[in-house]
Amino acid sequence: MSIPVVERLGGSTLRQLEYVGGLAIQFWDAAGALGRTLPLVGNRHRWRSAIGQMLAIGVDAFPMVGIMAVCAGFILAMQGASELRRFGAMQFVVDLVTIGFTRELGPLLTAIAVSGRSGSAFSAEIGSMVVTEEIDALRTMAIDPVEFVLAPKYLAALIVVPCLTIISTASGILAGGVFMRFSVDMTLGVYLRDVVHSIALKDVMTGLLKSLAFATIIVHVGCLEGLRVRGGPDAVGRSATAAVVKSTFLVILADVVFTAILYMTGAS
Amino acid sequence: MPPAPEEPRPVPAISVRDVVVSYGGPRVLDGINLDIARGETMVLLGGSGSGKSTLLRQIIGLERPQSGMVLVNGVDLAKCTPSDLKKIRRSIGVAFQNSALFNSLSVEDNVSLALREHTRLAESTIRLMTWMKLAVVGLGEFGKLSPQALSGGMKKRAAVARALALDPEILVFDEPSAGLDPIVAAELDELILGLKRAFNMTVVVVTHEMASAHRIADKMAMLYQGSMIAVGTREELERSSHPRIRQFFDRVPDKIGDTAAIDEKFERYLKGGSV
Repeated sequence: MSIPVVERLGGSTLRQLEYVGGLAIQFWDAAGALGRTLPLVGNRHRWRSAIGQMLAIGVDAFPMVGIMAVCAGFILAMQGASELRRFGAMQFVVDLVTIGFTRELGPLLTAIAVSGRSGSAFSAEIGSMVVTEEIDALRTMAIDPVEFVLAPKYLAALIVVPCLTIISTASGILAGGVFMRFSVDMTLGVYLRDVVHSIALKDVMTGLLKSLAFATIIVHVGCLEGLRVRGGPDAVGRSATAAVVKSTFLVILADVVFTAILYMTGAS
Repeated sequence: MPPAPEEPRPVPAISVRDVVVSYGGPRVLDGINLDIARGETMVLLGGSGSGKSTLLRQIIGLERPQSGMVLVNGVDLAKCTPSDLKKIRRSIGVAFQNSALFNSLSVEDNVSLALREHTRLAESTIRLMTWMKLAVVGLGEFGKLSPQALSGGMKKRAAVARALALDPEILVFDEPSAGLDPIVAAELDELILGLKRAFNMTVVVVTHEMASAHRIADKMAMLYQGSMIAVGTREELERSSHPRIRQFFDRVPDKIGDTAAIDEKFERYLKGGSV
């Protein structure tokens, strides 16, 4: 009858709630440990670990993020131009690209790139540590795994993802400029003047705020998936996939929430 | 004459009281009681699935029982403050079955990690202490290597060095001889005996290698399907008439081939029935 359906629905709901709860607890623990990861005031080993993570999450992601942003810039400019041309409103392509990237595409593309690269790497690395009992070894040595493994990654992401977002936004906008140069002969100087005109500080700030939220989601989902691995190498592989899928989904969900709030409070 | 006042019994290093553990199904540990005195070497014996690894995880504080309690030096692990738990964890050194060395760190960084985390010693002192722990296990020259470059026996020894880093009172070994050839296994036994004599450590070893158990144990405790079926010295257990203990000591196999079922299925197949 309908009882098994209700049972499955109930079980599934409880599992999702438990997942969100676990994520919240982990976020709280990691946020508390952030203080001990800072340079000067914190533990120097954590800070050194955070620097290594900044290289891995940020510096190594720079080419990929840059290229993705340039391509997206061309795409947005071309698609926008093909429609705006009909209304003789080609000059609004500049606004489209600038506002589109600062508010939305910059943070979102960066998040997708970082989620694919680093989110899966975190869960695979930590998942392997669970399987080889390295996480248990940390606990028996009275070292908190969240502080030792997670907090440096989190601090690194909070610093580096907004930087990548700025680079991605700038790359996208410049790509738009190249398109305008070759399609309507708009010089780069005029283009950049129009960009400066249409860029709004609050757009930039909301974009950076989004990137901080996305960084939080990616690091915590990746690490939680890793810590929850039970089994062998196949479980580690599944956790890497789950980390990318779940963090991308949650990033887009968070994006909707942010955008809706900003839209309704008229900040846009 | 008034009776002589009783000597207060020393607090056992580890005390397991009525511990019950279950992971949602049948009980993995069913009311375990065990006392391990300070300076004693206790060997936990048992077949696969007897619950000895679960008991070990309870003793080192990685998990909590459904009921019952685990006391280390008289302190209940489930009820003490987090900072007390940290202190207790620092006084227990654990060598895991697969060594569990941190692959991202060199051997000497593995050993010195606990010193860097929990002490404020000068760098040179830490380096000296690290080298000494490695030298005790015979790995003094191998500190700079990464764990992947070590052989199985060397990994086990590195794990012991790491467990010794903070000079623990209690040393715990999970299957130390598993996967080792007899010579290296014997070396590890001698190492354990030497450490125990030199530092009067309490040693807990989970193993099913009887040769090692005979060599190093002061007392043995045998688990079978989640219950403690015997605790005593080697001589006491060898005299026991409990069938499972006899089977373990005499190396008598269980019957595993189900010949009756094989015969029956084959008969049915030959008669043309469904298999």
